[in-house]
Amino acid sequence: MQEFIRNFASSQSILPAPVIYILFMTVSALVLASLAAILALIGVYLERKISAHMQNRLGPMYVGGWHGWAQTIADAVKLLLKEDIVPKAADKLLHLMAPFIVFAATLAAFAVLPFGRNLVVSDLNVGALYVVAISSFVVVGIILAGWASNNKWSLLGAMRSAAQIVSFEVPATLAILVPIMIVGSMNLGEIVNYQVGGIHKWLIWKFFPFNLMAFLIYFVASLAEVNRAPFDIPEAESEIVAGFHTEYSGMKWAIFFLAEYANMFLVGVIGATLFLGGWSSPFGSFLNSGPLPVLWIFLKAFGLIFVHIWLRWTLPRVRVDQLMYTCWKVLLPFAFVSLVGVGIYMVL
Amino acid sequence: MSIFDIVFYAFAALTVVSAAILVFSRNVIYSAVGLLFTFFGVAGIYVLLAADFLAVVQILVYVGGILILLLFGVMLSQRVTSSELGAGTLRMLPALIVLSGVLAILLRMVYKTSWSSLPASDFNPTSAKIGTLLMTDFLIPFEIVSILLLAALIGAAFIARKERS
Repeated sequence: MQEFIRNFASSQSILPAPVIYILFMTVSALVLASLAAILALIGVYLERKISAHMQNRLGPMYVGGWHGWAQTIADAVKLLLKEDIVPKAADKLLHLMAPFIVFAATLAAFAVLPFGRNLVVSDLNVGALYVVAISSFVVVGIILAGWASNNKWSLLGAMRSAAQIVSFEVPATLAILVPIMIVGSMNLGEIVNYQVGGIHKWLIWKFFPFNLMAFLIYFVASLAEVNRAPFDIPEAESEIVAGFHTEYSGMKWAIFFLAEYANMFLVGVIGATLFLGGWSSPFGSFLNSGPLPVLWIFLKAFGLIFVHIWLRWTLPRVRVDQLMYTCWKVLLPFAFVSLVGVGIYMVL
Repeated sequence: MSIFDIVFYAFAALTVVSAAILVFSRNVIYSAVGLLFTFFGVAGIYVLLAADFLAVVQILVYVGGILILLLFGVMLSQRVTSSELGAGTLRMLPALIVLSGVLAILLRMVYKTSWSSLPASDFNPTSAKIGTLLMTDFLIPFEIVSILLLAALIGAAFIARKERS
Protein backbone atom coordinates (compact mmCIF):
# COMPACT_ATOMS: atom_id res chain seq x y z
CA MET A 1 0.00 0.00 0.00
CA GLN A 2 2.74 2.47 0.99
CA GLU A 3 4.73 1.68 -2.14
CA PHE A 4 1.63 1.96 -4.26
CA ILE A 5 0.88 5.40 -2.84
CA ARG A 6 4.48 6.50 -3.32
CA ASN A 7 4.46 5.37 -6.94
CA PHE A 8 1.11 6.98 -7.52
CA ALA A 9 2.22 10.24 -5.94
CA SER A 10 5.37 10.41 -8.07
CA SER A 11 3.58 9.48 -11.29
CA GLN A 12 1.40 12.58 -11.30
CA SER A 13 2.11 16.21 -10.53
CA ILE A 14 -1.31 17.73 -9.83
CA LEU A 15 -1.27 17.23 -6.07
CA PRO A 16 1.72 17.17 -3.67
CA ALA A 17 2.68 13.80 -2.19
CA PRO A 18 1.48 14.47 1.41
CA VAL A 19 -1.98 15.40 0.15
CA ILE A 20 -2.16 12.18 -1.88
CA TYR A 21 -1.02 10.25 1.16
CA ILE A 22 -3.66 11.78 3.44
CA LEU A 23 -6.35 11.24 0.78
CA PHE A 24 -5.46 7.57 0.39
CA MET A 25 -5.35 7.00 4.15
CA THR A 26 -8.75 8.70 4.62
CA VAL A 27 -10.25 6.56 1.89
CA SER A 28 -8.74 3.40 3.43
CA ALA A 29 -10.09 4.32 6.85
CA LEU A 30 -13.56 4.91 5.40
CA VAL A 31 -13.42 1.60 3.54
CA LEU A 32 -12.42 -0.22 6.74
CA ALA A 33 -15.14 1.53 8.74
CA SER A 34 -17.81 0.52 6.24
CA LEU A 35 -16.32 -2.97 6.13
CA ALA A 36 -16.68 -3.16 9.93
CA ALA A 37 -20.30 -2.01 9.70
CA ILE A 38 -21.15 -4.53 6.98
CA LEU A 39 -19.36 -7.30 8.88
CA ALA A 40 -21.35 -6.44 11.98
CA LEU A 41 -24.60 -6.68 10.02
CA ILE A 42 -23.59 -10.05 8.60
CA GLY A 43 -22.32 -11.17 12.00
CA VAL A 44 -25.55 -10.33 13.78
CA TYR A 45 -27.59 -12.06 11.07
CA LEU A 46 -25.41 -15.17 11.26
CA GLU A 47 -25.59 -15.19 15.04
CA ARG A 48 -29.38 -15.05 15.01
CA LYS A 49 -29.78 -17.65 12.29
CA ILE A 50 -27.20 -20.08 13.67
CA SER A 51 -28.48 -19.77 17.23
CA ALA A 52 -32.02 -20.29 15.96
CA HIS A 53 -31.11 -23.45 14.08
CA MET A 54 -29.14 -24.75 17.07
CA GLN A 55 -32.27 -24.34 19.17
CA ASN A 56 -34.49 -25.91 16.52
CA ARG A 57 -36.12 -22.60 15.55
CA LEU A 58 -36.10 -20.66 12.31
CA GLY A 59 -34.96 -17.22 13.45
CA PRO A 60 -35.84 -14.13 11.40
CA MET A 61 -37.82 -15.23 8.33
CA TYR A 62 -39.92 -12.34 7.01
CA VAL A 63 -38.04 -9.07 6.40
CA GLY A 64 -36.61 -8.97 2.89
CA GLY A 65 -38.11 -12.22 1.73
CA TRP A 66 -35.39 -14.86 1.52
CA HIS A 67 -34.78 -16.19 5.07
CA GLY A 68 -35.22 -12.72 6.54
CA TRP A 69 -31.89 -11.49 5.13
CA ALA A 70 -32.84 -7.81 5.61
CA GLN A 71 -33.70 -8.18 9.29
CA THR A 72 -30.44 -6.75 10.62
CA ILE A 73 -30.58 -3.86 8.13
CA ALA A 74 -34.05 -3.01 9.42
CA ASP A 75 -32.75 -3.27 12.99
CA ALA A 76 -29.84 -0.96 12.20
CA VAL A 77 -32.22 1.64 10.74
CA LYS A 78 -34.40 1.33 13.81
CA LEU A 79 -31.37 1.91 16.08
CA LEU A 80 -30.42 5.01 14.08
CA LEU A 81 -33.87 6.49 14.66
CA LYS A 82 -34.14 5.53 18.31
CA GLU A 83 -34.08 8.12 21.07
CA ASP A 84 -30.71 8.46 22.74
CA ILE A 85 -31.24 8.35 26.49
CA VAL A 86 -28.49 9.67 28.75
CA PRO A 87 -29.03 9.21 32.50
CA LYS A 88 -29.36 12.45 34.44
CA ALA A 89 -26.49 11.66 36.79
CA ALA A 90 -24.21 10.38 34.05
CA ASP A 91 -21.01 12.09 33.06
CA LYS A 92 -22.19 13.41 29.68
CA LEU A 93 -18.82 13.86 28.01
CA LEU A 94 -17.34 10.48 28.96
CA HIS A 95 -20.67 8.76 28.36
CA LEU A 96 -20.51 10.05 24.79
CA MET A 97 -16.80 9.37 24.36
CA ALA A 98 -16.67 5.75 25.57
CA PRO A 99 -18.37 3.98 22.62
CA PHE A 100 -16.22 5.92 20.16
CA ILE A 101 -12.99 5.01 21.96
CA VAL A 102 -14.00 1.35 21.80
CA PHE A 103 -14.90 1.51 18.12
CA ALA A 104 -11.88 3.63 17.15
CA ALA A 105 -9.52 1.16 18.81
CA THR A 106 -11.11 -1.75 16.98
CA LEU A 107 -10.94 0.10 13.68
CA ALA A 108 -7.32 1.09 14.31
CA ALA A 109 -6.44 -2.58 14.67
CA PHE A 110 -8.05 -3.30 11.29
CA ALA A 111 -5.35 -1.18 9.64
CA VAL A 112 -2.69 -3.90 9.87
CA LEU A 113 -4.80 -6.90 8.85
CA PRO A 114 -3.53 -8.47 5.63
CA PHE A 115 -6.58 -9.21 3.47
CA GLY A 116 -4.53 -10.48 0.56
CA ARG A 117 -1.14 -10.33 -1.14
CA ASN A 118 0.01 -6.72 -0.47
CA LEU A 119 -3.57 -5.84 0.42
CA VAL A 120 -2.97 -4.19 3.76
CA VAL A 121 -3.52 -0.57 4.72
CA SER A 122 -0.43 -0.24 6.88
CA ASP A 123 2.24 -2.92 6.59
CA LEU A 124 3.74 -2.43 10.04
CA ASN A 125 6.92 -4.20 11.10
CA VAL A 126 5.39 -4.72 14.52
CA GLY A 127 1.90 -5.64 13.25
CA ALA A 128 1.15 -8.51 15.63
CA LEU A 129 2.24 -6.56 18.70
CA TYR A 130 0.39 -3.46 17.46
CA VAL A 131 -2.90 -5.37 17.44
CA VAL A 132 -2.33 -6.50 21.03
CA ALA A 133 -1.40 -2.98 22.12
CA ILE A 134 -4.17 -1.05 20.40
CA SER A 135 -6.76 -3.46 21.80
CA SER A 136 -6.00 -2.12 25.27
CA PHE A 137 -7.83 1.07 24.28
CA VAL A 138 -10.97 -1.07 24.11
CA VAL A 139 -10.62 -1.83 27.82
CA VAL A 140 -10.22 1.85 28.64
CA GLY A 141 -13.35 2.63 26.64
CA ILE A 142 -15.31 -0.07 28.45
CA ILE A 143 -14.16 1.16 31.87
CA LEU A 144 -15.10 4.72 30.98
CA ALA A 145 -18.51 3.55 29.76
CA GLY A 146 -19.07 1.73 33.03
CA TRP A 147 -18.00 4.65 35.15
CA ALA A 148 -19.66 7.43 33.16
CA SER A 149 -23.07 5.69 33.26
CA ASN A 150 -23.17 6.15 37.04
CA ASN A 151 -24.94 2.84 37.48
CA LYS A 152 -23.91 -0.06 39.68
CA TRP A 153 -24.50 -2.67 36.97
CA SER A 154 -22.41 -0.69 34.53
CA LEU A 155 -19.57 -0.29 37.00
CA LEU A 156 -19.62 -3.97 37.94
CA GLY A 157 -19.64 -4.98 34.29
CA ALA A 158 -16.79 -2.63 33.47
CA MET A 159 -14.68 -3.92 36.36
CA ARG A 160 -15.30 -7.50 35.36
CA SER A 161 -14.43 -6.67 31.79
CA ALA A 162 -11.20 -4.95 32.75
CA ALA A 163 -10.11 -7.81 35.01
CA GLN A 164 -10.99 -10.35 32.35
CA ILE A 165 -9.37 -8.67 29.37
CA VAL A 166 -6.20 -7.76 31.24
CA SER A 167 -5.83 -11.33 32.54
CA PHE A 168 -6.51 -13.04 29.24
CA GLU A 169 -4.18 -10.69 27.40
CA VAL A 170 -1.27 -12.53 29.02
CA PRO A 171 -1.89 -16.05 27.60
CA ALA A 172 -3.07 -14.53 24.30
CA THR A 173 0.15 -12.57 23.91
CA LEU A 174 2.26 -15.61 24.81
CA ALA A 175 0.38 -17.66 22.20
CA ILE A 176 0.94 -14.93 19.60
CA LEU A 177 4.66 -15.07 20.42
CA VAL A 178 4.86 -18.65 19.13
CA PRO A 179 4.32 -17.83 15.41
CA ILE A 180 6.40 -14.67 15.82
CA MET A 181 9.25 -16.80 17.16
CA ILE A 182 9.01 -19.33 14.33
CA VAL A 183 8.80 -16.78 11.52
CA GLY A 184 11.19 -14.33 13.16
CA SER A 185 9.06 -11.32 12.34
CA MET A 186 6.13 -9.48 13.84
CA ASN A 187 4.96 -8.37 10.41
CA LEU A 188 1.64 -10.10 9.75
CA GLY A 189 2.30 -10.15 6.00
CA GLU A 190 5.56 -12.02 6.49
CA ILE A 191 3.88 -14.48 8.83
CA VAL A 192 1.40 -15.28 6.04
CA ASN A 193 4.17 -15.49 3.43
CA TYR A 194 5.85 -18.12 5.60
CA GLN A 195 2.71 -20.26 5.39
CA VAL A 196 1.95 -19.91 1.66
CA GLY A 197 1.90 -23.21 -0.20
CA GLY A 198 -0.94 -25.31 1.10
CA ILE A 199 -2.60 -26.57 4.21
CA HIS A 200 0.43 -28.61 5.33
CA LYS A 201 2.52 -25.45 5.67
CA TRP A 202 0.16 -23.78 8.09
CA LEU A 203 1.77 -22.94 11.41
CA ILE A 204 -0.90 -24.80 13.35
CA TRP A 205 0.63 -28.16 12.28
CA LYS A 206 4.25 -27.19 12.84
CA PHE A 207 6.03 -28.56 15.94
CA PHE A 208 3.09 -30.75 16.89
CA PRO A 209 1.52 -30.50 19.49
CA PHE A 210 2.94 -27.15 20.67
CA ASN A 211 1.59 -24.95 17.90
CA LEU A 212 -1.81 -26.57 18.03
CA MET A 213 -1.79 -25.87 21.76
CA ALA A 214 -0.83 -22.25 21.15
CA PHE A 215 -3.66 -21.89 18.64
CA LEU A 216 -6.21 -23.30 21.08
CA ILE A 217 -4.92 -21.03 23.84
CA TYR A 218 -5.13 -18.03 21.54
CA PHE A 219 -8.65 -18.98 20.52
CA VAL A 220 -9.93 -19.37 24.08
CA ALA A 221 -8.17 -16.22 25.26
CA SER A 222 -9.47 -14.21 22.32
CA LEU A 223 -12.95 -15.43 23.10
CA ALA A 224 -12.55 -13.91 26.54
CA GLU A 225 -10.97 -10.75 25.17
CA VAL A 226 -13.96 -9.97 22.98
CA ASN A 227 -16.35 -10.70 25.89
CA ARG A 228 -18.01 -13.62 24.18
CA ALA A 229 -19.77 -16.51 25.88
CA PRO A 230 -18.85 -18.57 27.83
CA PHE A 231 -16.74 -15.63 29.05
CA ASP A 232 -19.40 -12.93 28.70
CA ILE A 233 -19.57 -12.12 32.40
CA PRO A 234 -19.01 -8.38 31.74
CA GLU A 235 -22.52 -8.20 30.28
CA ALA A 236 -24.05 -11.25 31.94
CA GLU A 237 -27.71 -10.39 31.37
CA SER A 238 -28.98 -12.72 34.07
CA GLU A 239 -26.92 -11.06 36.82
CA ILE A 240 -26.04 -7.46 35.97
CA VAL A 241 -28.69 -6.48 33.37
CA ALA A 242 -26.37 -5.69 30.46
CA GLY A 243 -23.08 -4.90 32.17
CA PHE A 244 -21.14 -1.91 30.98
CA HIS A 245 -23.68 -0.87 28.33
CA THR A 246 -26.76 -0.98 30.58
CA GLU A 247 -27.30 2.77 30.28
CA TYR A 248 -26.70 2.98 26.56
CA SER A 249 -29.43 3.16 23.98
CA GLY A 250 -29.93 4.00 20.34
CA MET A 251 -26.89 4.65 18.21
CA LYS A 252 -24.36 4.65 21.05
CA TRP A 253 -25.45 1.16 22.00
CA ALA A 254 -25.29 0.19 18.34
CA ILE A 255 -21.69 1.37 18.20
CA PHE A 256 -20.80 -0.92 21.12
CA PHE A 257 -22.47 -3.75 19.27
CA LEU A 258 -20.70 -2.84 16.06
CA ALA A 259 -17.39 -2.88 17.91
CA GLU A 260 -18.16 -6.27 19.45
CA TYR A 261 -18.80 -7.92 16.08
CA ALA A 262 -15.90 -6.08 14.47
CA ASN A 263 -13.74 -7.37 17.32
CA MET A 264 -14.91 -10.92 16.71
CA PHE A 265 -13.91 -10.55 13.07
CA LEU A 266 -10.59 -9.02 14.16
CA VAL A 267 -9.60 -11.93 16.40
CA GLY A 268 -10.85 -14.32 13.70
CA VAL A 269 -8.54 -12.74 11.13
CA ILE A 270 -5.62 -12.63 13.57
CA GLY A 271 -6.11 -16.30 14.51
CA ALA A 272 -6.35 -17.25 10.83
CA THR A 273 -3.32 -15.14 9.92
CA LEU A 274 -1.09 -16.44 12.68
CA PHE A 275 -1.98 -20.13 12.54
CA LEU A 276 -4.20 -20.94 9.54
CA GLY A 277 -2.27 -19.49 6.63
CA GLY A 278 -4.01 -16.13 6.44
CA TRP A 279 -5.06 -15.28 2.91
CA SER A 280 -3.22 -18.21 1.33
CA SER A 281 -5.21 -21.00 -0.22
CA PRO A 282 -5.19 -24.41 1.51
CA PHE A 283 -4.44 -26.01 -1.89
CA GLY A 284 -1.05 -24.43 -2.59
CA SER A 285 -1.11 -22.18 -5.64
CA PHE A 286 -4.45 -23.62 -6.76
CA LEU A 287 -7.30 -21.09 -6.34
CA ASN A 288 -4.90 -18.49 -4.99
CA SER A 289 -4.81 -15.81 -7.67
CA GLY A 290 -6.59 -12.55 -8.31
CA PRO A 291 -9.19 -11.68 -5.68
CA LEU A 292 -9.38 -15.22 -4.28
CA PRO A 293 -7.01 -14.62 -1.29
CA VAL A 294 -9.54 -12.13 0.06
CA LEU A 295 -12.17 -14.84 -0.15
CA TRP A 296 -9.93 -17.25 1.77
CA ILE A 297 -9.23 -14.89 4.65
CA PHE A 298 -12.94 -14.08 4.96
CA LEU A 299 -13.81 -17.78 4.85
CA LYS A 300 -11.29 -18.62 7.57
CA ALA A 301 -12.31 -15.67 9.74
CA PHE A 302 -15.98 -16.51 9.42
CA GLY A 303 -15.17 -20.15 10.16
CA LEU A 304 -13.69 -19.03 13.48
CA ILE A 305 -16.66 -16.70 14.07
CA PHE A 306 -18.94 -19.66 13.51
CA VAL A 307 -17.11 -21.51 16.28
CA HIS A 308 -17.54 -18.42 18.49
CA ILE A 309 -21.29 -18.49 17.88
CA TRP A 310 -21.45 -22.26 18.26
CA LEU A 311 -19.73 -22.06 21.67
CA ARG A 312 -21.99 -19.23 22.80
CA TRP A 313 -25.12 -21.25 22.21
CA THR A 314 -23.68 -24.46 23.61
CA LEU A 315 -21.80 -23.62 26.79
CA PRO A 316 -23.17 -22.03 29.97
CA ARG A 317 -21.53 -18.87 31.27
CA VAL A 318 -18.60 -19.43 33.64
CA ARG A 319 -18.39 -17.88 37.10
CA VAL A 320 -15.82 -15.20 37.85
CA ASP A 321 -13.63 -17.56 39.87
CA GLN A 322 -13.82 -20.21 37.14
CA LEU A 323 -12.82 -17.56 34.66
CA MET A 324 -9.72 -16.61 36.63
CA TYR A 325 -8.91 -20.28 37.20
CA THR A 326 -9.08 -20.92 33.46
CA CYS A 327 -6.81 -18.02 32.73
CA TRP A 328 -4.09 -18.25 35.35
CA LYS A 329 -4.01 -21.95 36.17
CA VAL A 330 -4.84 -23.57 32.84
CA LEU A 331 -4.09 -21.29 29.89
CA LEU A 332 -1.02 -19.54 31.26
CA PRO A 333 1.01 -22.67 32.20
CA PHE A 334 0.13 -24.33 28.91
CA ALA A 335 1.07 -21.16 27.04
CA PHE A 336 4.50 -21.28 28.67
CA VAL A 337 4.79 -25.00 27.88
CA SER A 338 4.04 -24.38 24.22
CA LEU A 339 6.42 -21.42 24.05
CA VAL A 340 9.27 -23.37 25.65
CA GLY A 341 8.41 -26.47 23.59
CA VAL A 342 8.61 -24.55 20.34
CA GLY A 343 11.86 -22.99 21.53
CA ILE A 344 13.37 -26.43 22.19
CA TYR A 345 12.17 -27.70 18.79
CA MET A 346 13.76 -24.71 17.09
CA VAL A 347 17.09 -25.09 18.84
CA LEU A 348 17.33 -28.84 18.18
CA MET B 1 7.09 23.75 7.29
CA SER B 2 7.13 20.19 6.10
CA ILE B 3 4.56 17.48 6.76
CA PHE B 4 6.96 16.06 9.36
CA ASP B 5 6.79 19.30 11.33
CA ILE B 6 3.01 19.52 11.08
CA VAL B 7 2.55 15.98 12.36
CA PHE B 8 5.13 16.53 15.08
CA TYR B 9 3.43 19.69 16.34
CA ALA B 10 0.02 18.01 16.19
CA PHE B 11 1.20 15.16 18.41
CA ALA B 12 3.15 17.51 20.65
CA ALA B 13 0.07 19.70 21.12
CA LEU B 14 -2.03 16.61 21.89
CA THR B 15 0.52 15.50 24.48
CA VAL B 16 0.86 18.89 26.16
CA VAL B 17 -2.86 19.72 26.20
CA SER B 18 -3.84 16.32 27.59
CA ALA B 19 -1.03 16.52 30.13
CA ALA B 20 -2.44 19.88 31.23
CA ILE B 21 -5.88 18.30 31.61
CA LEU B 22 -4.25 15.50 33.60
CA VAL B 23 -2.63 17.94 36.01
CA PHE B 24 -5.35 20.56 36.35
CA SER B 25 -8.47 18.40 36.40
CA ARG B 26 -10.21 17.99 39.72
CA ASN B 27 -11.80 14.72 38.70
CA VAL B 28 -9.68 11.57 38.93
CA ILE B 29 -11.29 9.97 35.90
CA TYR B 30 -10.73 13.05 33.75
CA SER B 31 -7.10 12.96 34.77
CA ALA B 32 -6.96 9.33 33.70
CA VAL B 33 -8.46 10.18 30.31
CA GLY B 34 -5.90 12.98 29.99
CA LEU B 35 -3.19 10.43 30.74
CA LEU B 36 -4.59 8.16 28.01
CA PHE B 37 -4.16 10.86 25.38
CA THR B 38 -0.76 11.85 26.75
CA PHE B 39 0.49 8.30 26.24
CA PHE B 40 -1.07 8.26 22.79
CA GLY B 41 0.64 11.52 21.83
CA VAL B 42 4.04 10.30 23.05
CA ALA B 43 3.57 7.05 21.09
CA GLY B 44 2.76 9.13 18.01
CA ILE B 45 6.03 11.04 18.38
CA TYR B 46 7.90 7.74 18.72
CA VAL B 47 6.34 6.52 15.46
CA LEU B 48 7.34 9.78 13.81
CA LEU B 49 10.96 9.08 14.80
CA ALA B 50 10.77 5.57 13.25
CA ALA B 51 10.77 3.87 16.66
CA ASP B 52 7.65 1.83 15.93
CA PHE B 53 8.50 -0.98 18.36
CA LEU B 54 9.01 1.51 21.18
CA ALA B 55 5.69 3.20 20.34
CA VAL B 56 3.78 -0.06 20.43
CA VAL B 57 5.43 -1.10 23.68
CA GLN B 58 4.60 2.33 25.11
CA ILE B 59 0.91 1.76 24.36
CA LEU B 60 1.03 -1.85 25.50
CA VAL B 61 2.68 -1.18 28.85
CA TYR B 62 1.30 2.23 29.77
CA VAL B 63 -2.23 2.09 28.39
CA GLY B 64 -2.75 -1.68 28.53
CA GLY B 65 -1.16 -2.12 31.94
CA ILE B 66 -0.62 0.93 34.07
CA LEU B 67 -3.57 3.10 33.03
CA ILE B 68 -6.04 0.23 33.33
CA LEU B 69 -4.69 -0.71 36.76
CA LEU B 70 -4.99 2.94 37.75
CA LEU B 71 -8.61 3.16 36.57
CA PHE B 72 -9.30 -0.13 38.28
CA GLY B 73 -7.90 1.18 41.53
CA VAL B 74 -9.87 4.42 41.29
CA MET B 75 -13.08 2.49 40.78
CA LEU B 76 -12.45 0.20 43.71
CA SER B 77 -11.98 3.17 46.01
CA GLN B 78 -14.92 4.65 47.87
CA ARG B 79 -17.05 7.55 46.64
CA VAL B 80 -15.87 7.27 43.07
CA THR B 81 -18.34 9.64 41.54
CA SER B 82 -17.69 12.48 43.93
CA SER B 83 -13.99 12.20 44.57
CA GLU B 84 -12.54 15.67 44.24
CA LEU B 85 -8.82 15.97 44.10
CA GLY B 86 -7.14 18.51 46.29
CA ALA B 87 -5.62 20.62 43.55
CA GLY B 88 -5.15 23.77 45.59
CA THR B 89 -1.90 25.51 46.38
CA LEU B 90 0.01 24.35 49.39
CA ARG B 91 3.47 25.34 50.60
CA MET B 92 4.34 27.79 47.88
CA LEU B 93 7.99 28.40 48.74
CA PRO B 94 9.34 24.80 48.89
CA ALA B 95 7.40 24.01 45.72
CA LEU B 96 8.94 26.97 43.91
CA ILE B 97 12.44 25.97 45.01
CA VAL B 98 12.02 22.38 43.82
CA LEU B 99 10.38 23.54 40.60
CA SER B 100 13.09 25.99 39.70
CA GLY B 101 15.76 23.41 40.52
CA VAL B 102 14.22 20.79 38.25
CA LEU B 103 13.59 23.38 35.54
CA ALA B 104 17.21 24.53 35.67
CA ILE B 105 18.51 20.97 35.32
CA LEU B 106 16.11 20.21 32.46
CA LEU B 107 16.93 23.43 30.59
CA ARG B 108 20.65 22.80 30.97
CA MET B 109 20.14 19.29 29.56
CA VAL B 110 18.08 20.65 26.67
CA TYR B 111 20.74 23.19 25.71
CA LYS B 112 23.72 20.90 26.24
CA THR B 113 22.39 18.02 24.14
CA SER B 114 23.14 18.22 20.46
CA TRP B 115 19.76 17.36 18.99
CA SER B 116 19.52 15.62 15.67
CA SER B 117 15.93 15.28 14.62
CA LEU B 118 15.99 13.85 11.14
CA PRO B 119 12.66 12.86 9.63
CA ALA B 120 12.36 9.10 9.48
CA SER B 121 12.96 8.09 5.90
CA ASP B 122 12.21 4.39 6.18
CA PHE B 123 11.03 1.99 8.84
CA ASN B 124 13.55 -0.75 9.44
CA PRO B 125 12.59 -3.45 11.92
CA THR B 126 14.08 -2.32 15.21
CA SER B 127 12.86 -5.17 17.41
CA ALA B 128 15.62 -7.60 16.36
CA LYS B 129 18.34 -5.04 17.14
CA ILE B 130 16.76 -4.19 20.49
CA GLY B 131 16.54 -7.91 21.35
CA THR B 132 20.17 -8.52 20.42
CA LEU B 133 21.34 -5.53 22.44
CA LEU B 134 19.28 -6.63 25.46
CA MET B 135 20.88 -10.06 25.34
CA THR B 136 24.46 -8.82 24.80
CA ASP B 137 25.49 -5.27 25.78
CA PHE B 138 22.70 -4.62 28.25
CA LEU B 139 22.35 -8.10 29.70
CA ILE B 140 23.23 -7.10 33.27
CA PRO B 141 20.80 -4.15 33.52
CA PHE B 142 18.14 -6.31 31.89
CA GLU B 143 18.63 -9.10 34.44
CA ILE B 144 18.72 -6.65 37.33
CA VAL B 145 15.43 -5.13 36.20
CA SER B 146 13.95 -8.62 35.89
CA ILE B 147 14.97 -9.51 39.43
CA LEU B 148 13.66 -6.16 40.71
CA LEU B 149 10.29 -6.79 39.04
CA LEU B 150 10.16 -10.32 40.41
CA ALA B 151 10.87 -9.01 43.91
CA ALA B 152 8.16 -6.37 43.51
CA LEU B 153 5.74 -9.03 42.36
CA ILE B 154 6.46 -11.32 45.28
CA GLY B 155 6.27 -8.37 47.67
CA ALA B 156 2.91 -7.26 46.28
CA ALA B 157 1.51 -10.78 46.52
CA PHE B 158 2.81 -11.07 50.09
CA ILE B 159 1.22 -7.79 51.17
CA ALA B 160 -2.09 -8.46 49.39
CA ARG B 161 -2.47 -12.01 50.61
CA LYS B 162 -4.21 -12.54 53.92
CA GLU B 163 -3.32 -15.72 55.73
CA ARG B 164 -6.46 -17.56 56.73
CA SER B 165 -6.21 -19.08 60.16
